[in-house]
Amino acid sequence: MNWELIFSNAVYVAFSSSAAAYALIAIGINVHIGYTGLLNFGQAGFAAAGAYGMAIPLATFGWHWTAAIGSSIFFAILLALLLGAPTLRLRSDYLAIVTIAAAEIIRISMMSVRFTWLTGGTDGKKGFADFLVDSNPFGDNRYQFFAQSVNGYSLYITIIGWILVAIFGSLVYFMMRGPWGRVLRGIREDETAVRSLGKSVTKFKMQSLVLGGVIGAVGGIILASEKQSAQPMEYGTTLTFFAFTIVILGGLATARGPIIGAVIFWFILQFVDNVLEQATRNEVVPTWVVNGNNFGQVKFILAGFALALLVVFRPQGIYGNKREMSFDSR
Amino acid sequence: MTKRILDVENLIAGYIPEVNILNGCNVHVDEGEFVGIIGPNGAGKSTLLKALLGMCGVRDGTVHLNGENVTGLKAHELITKGVGYVPQTNNVFPSLTVKENLEMGCFLKPEVFEQRLEAVMEMFPKLRERAGQKARGLSGGERQMVAMGRALMLEPKLLLLDEPSAGLSPALQDEVFLQCRRINKTGVAILMVEQNARRCLQVAGRGYVLDQGKNAYSGTGRELLQDPNVIELYLGSLSRATGG
Amino acid sequence: MTPAKQVIADAIPGSKKQDPILRVDGLRREFGGLVAVDIAHLEVQRGAITALIGPNGAGKTTAFNLMSGFDTPTNGTSEFDGVDITGVQGHELAQRGMVRTFQLTRVLTRLTVLENMMLGAVGQIGEKPWTSPFRFLWTKQEDEIRERSEALLKRFKLDHVAGEYAGNISGGQRKLLEMARALMVEPRLVMLDEPMAGVNPALKQSLLGHVKNLQSEGMSVLFIEHDMDMVHEIADWVVVMAEGRLIAEGTPDQISSNRAVVDAYLGEHQGTSFLEDA
Repeated sequence: MNWELIFSNAVYVAFSSSAAAYALIAIGINVHIGYTGLLNFGQAGFAAAGAYGMAIPLATFGWHWTAAIGSSIFFAILLALLLGAPTLRLRSDYLAIVTIAAAEIIRISMMSVRFTWLTGGTDGKKGFADFLVDSNPFGDNRYQFFAQSVNGYSLYITIIGWILVAIFGSLVYFMMRGPWGRVLRGIREDETAVRSLGKSVTKFKMQSLVLGGVIGAVGGIILASEKQSAQPMEYGTTLTFFAFTIVILGGLATARGPIIGAVIFWFILQFVDNVLEQATRNEVVPTWVVNGNNFGQVKFILAGFALALLVVFRPQGIYGNKREMSFDSR
Repeated sequence: MTKRILDVENLIAGYIPEVNILNGCNVHVDEGEFVGIIGPNGAGKSTLLKALLGMCGVRDGTVHLNGENVTGLKAHELITKGVGYVPQTNNVFPSLTVKENLEMGCFLKPEVFEQRLEAVMEMFPKLRERAGQKARGLSGGERQMVAMGRALMLEPKLLLLDEPSAGLSPALQDEVFLQCRRINKTGVAILMVEQNARRCLQVAGRGYVLDQGKNAYSGTGRELLQDPNVIELYLGSLSRATGG
Repeated sequence: MTPAKQVIADAIPGSKKQDPILRVDGLRREFGGLVAVDIAHLEVQRGAITALIGPNGAGKTTAFNLMSGFDTPTNGTSEFDGVDITGVQGHELAQRGMVRTFQLTRVLTRLTVLENMMLGAVGQIGEKPWTSPFRFLWTKQEDEIRERSEALLKRFKLDHVAGEYAGNISGGQRKLLEMARALMVEPRLVMLDEPMAGVNPALKQSLLGHVKNLQSEGMSVLFIEHDMDMVHEIADWVVVMAEGRLIAEGTPDQISSNRAVVDAYLGEHQGTSFLEDA
C-alpha cells in the first residue's frame, strides 16, 4: 500500500479545480437554501447551463471567449427566471419539483443524438477550451507534489478556479452581511411576516435564485474547462447531491462552509477510493467484500451514509450554529 | 379520607437539553377535586401536562398516580391507568365523524363503547345531534366538546385539560367552564391549565399559580381570586373592577 | 391612559364615519360554495381604536386578510385614506402605511430581536443585491434604523433581549416584538389580529397601554379580539361580525346590551362570577 500516493493524491483532488468547481456550485446552493430557504434541487441544471452556455457559442459558432462567458451567464439568468416565474409565488415544494425536472431536461437534451452537432451528444461538447490552452502560462510542464504528478494546464485551471471561489465567496459574504441578506434570511424564516413589513418577497426570491444560479453556472464552466469537455453525465443528480452534502457538511448559511466543505468532502472521497483501489489490488481486503470491479461504488455509498449521519448527529455542519438548529425541533 | 390521585413532587423538566422549563414544581390532586393551574406565558403550565404524559423530558422529581410511581411513563400507558387528556390543539380527528372520534377514545376497551357513548352523549346533547358529522365541519366550541367527550370515553378518574377555552368566544368559554364543573360533579377529578385565570379560579376548587417553572402561590380558588399579590401579578386590574 | 376618542356615528352596521381612514364596499370572499365574508359596507374612523369581534368562523381574520391585501376578494372595493386600494397586494399596502400583525405570532426565529426590528424599516437602500455588498452606501441609514429600533425596543421593554434569537424569547415577548416591529413601518393604520391571544393578564395591561399609545401618536387601530375586558377598556367603537356579515356596530356599552350580539357571541353570563357560595 503506497500511503504517500494515497495521501498526496487525495490532497491533490481536494484542492483540484473539480473541488473549486464544486465549491462554487455549493456556494450557489447555499445562497438558495442556506440563506433564502429556496428549495433548489436542480443546481446541476445551472452548472450545465454555464458549461454548455459557454461551450456551444465558442465551439460551434466561433464566438470570442468573453462573449461566450457572457452567454453562459445569460443562460443561467434565463434559467433562473424560467424556473422562478411560475413557482416563486407558490409553496416551496413546487420550486423543488420544477428544479429537479429542469436539471434532468437540460441533461437529457444535451445528450440528444439528433443535435449532436450542437451539443456534442453523449461524448460531450469539445473544442471550446483553446483560449485557455493558449493563455496557459504553465505550458506542458509537469510539477511534482509529493507522489502526485500535476500537469501545467490542470494547475492553471485550478488557480483560476480558486480565484473565482475567493471572489464569489467574498461577494456572497458581503452581500449577505448587508440589509439585502437580512431580508433573505427573513424570507427563509417567514415569508408572510416579511411581506407584512412591506417587502416584495417574490422579487427578493428571484434575485436570490439568479445569484445562486449564476455562481453555480460559473462552477459548471470550471468543471468543463478542466476536462476541456462539457459532458452531460457530469451534470446529473449526483452533482446536485454531492454539492448538497458539501453545503451541509460545511454548514448551511455560513460563508466558509461550502468552500471548506468541498475540500474536505473530496479529500475523504478520494482517500477512500484510493485506499480501496490499492487494497483490492494488493488483496488486502477479501474479494467478497470489495473487488476491482465494484470498489468505485463504495465512495457513493460512503457519501450517502455520511450525509445521513451528518444530518442526525451534526446538522449544523462544521461552521454552522448549533443554537440555530435547535429551533426546528420545537 | 380522600385518596390522592395525582402527586407531583419537585418536577424538573424541559424540551431542549440544558434548558429547564419546570424548575421544581409541586402539584397534587385528590379524588374528585377540581384544580386549576394559571400563570404567565412560559411559566411551564403546558409543559407540566406534557411532562406528566411523558411527552417531554423529565430530569428530576416524581409523579405518582394513585400511589404508583409513573414518572416518565408515556401517554398511552397513563390512559390505561385512568387518566384522560384533552390537548389544546389538534384534539380531534378532522376527517372522522363525531361518533368515530368518540369511538377512537374507546379504542382500548371496545366492549364498553355503546354504554359509554350513551353516557357521553347524555352529558353533551349537542354531540348526539351532530353524531354523523365530520369533525372538521364543526365550530370551535363543538370541537372542544368532541375532544372532551372523547377523553371521557374510558371513564377516567383524572382529566387533564390544556387551555380548553383557548380561541373561543366569551359565550363559549363560559359554556366550557360550566361544562367542566358539571363533569367534575360526576366524580371525575380535573386538573386544568388555563389562560383565562379568572374563570379558571372561579370554577376550580383549588388553584396553583406557576411562574418560571415553580410554584408561586396556591390556595382555594376564592383565596387566590382575592389575594392582592395574585391579582396584581396574574389577574390584572380588570378583575378588580369586575369583582373577581 | 389617554381618554377614549369619541366616535360619532349611528349604531347600525355599515354606518358612515366622520373621517374614515378605511372604507370597504361590497367586500366578498367565496371559497367554492362557501361565502366566508360578505360585508356590504364598512367604514373605520381615523384616529379611533376600533374592535372587530364575533364568534369563531365569523370571517374576521378573512376580512382582515382581504382588507390588508393578504387575500384577494371575489368582489368588492376598498379605499385607504381616500385612495383606491382594490387589488393592491399586502406588501405594497404596508409600504403605504397599513400594517397588520398575525394571530399566531410570526417572528423571524433565527434572526435576533434587533434584526427583526431593523427588517421592519421601509426604504433601506441596502436592501438591493447591488448595494448590499458596499457598506458605505447604506451604513448611515442602518445607524438611523438601529436607533429607531432600539428606542422602540426600550419602549416595549424588550431592549434586554435585543441580541437574543427571536426564537428564544417567550410567547408574550414575541407578541410585543411583533407589535414593535410593525411600528417600524411607520404606519397610519395598525391592524392587530387577536393581540391578546395567549397573553397572561399581567402582560395584557402593558399591551393595552401600548395600543393606547399608538392612538396618542396619531395612528388608527383596528383589532380583532375575544377579550371583552380589553374591548371595554380601550375600544372607542366596536364592529360585530357573524357568519361573514356585519351584524352590529356601536360603542362597547351599546354592543354589550345588543340582544343579537349577546345571543351570538357574548353569552348570558358575561360579567357574572362563577364562584359557588362555599
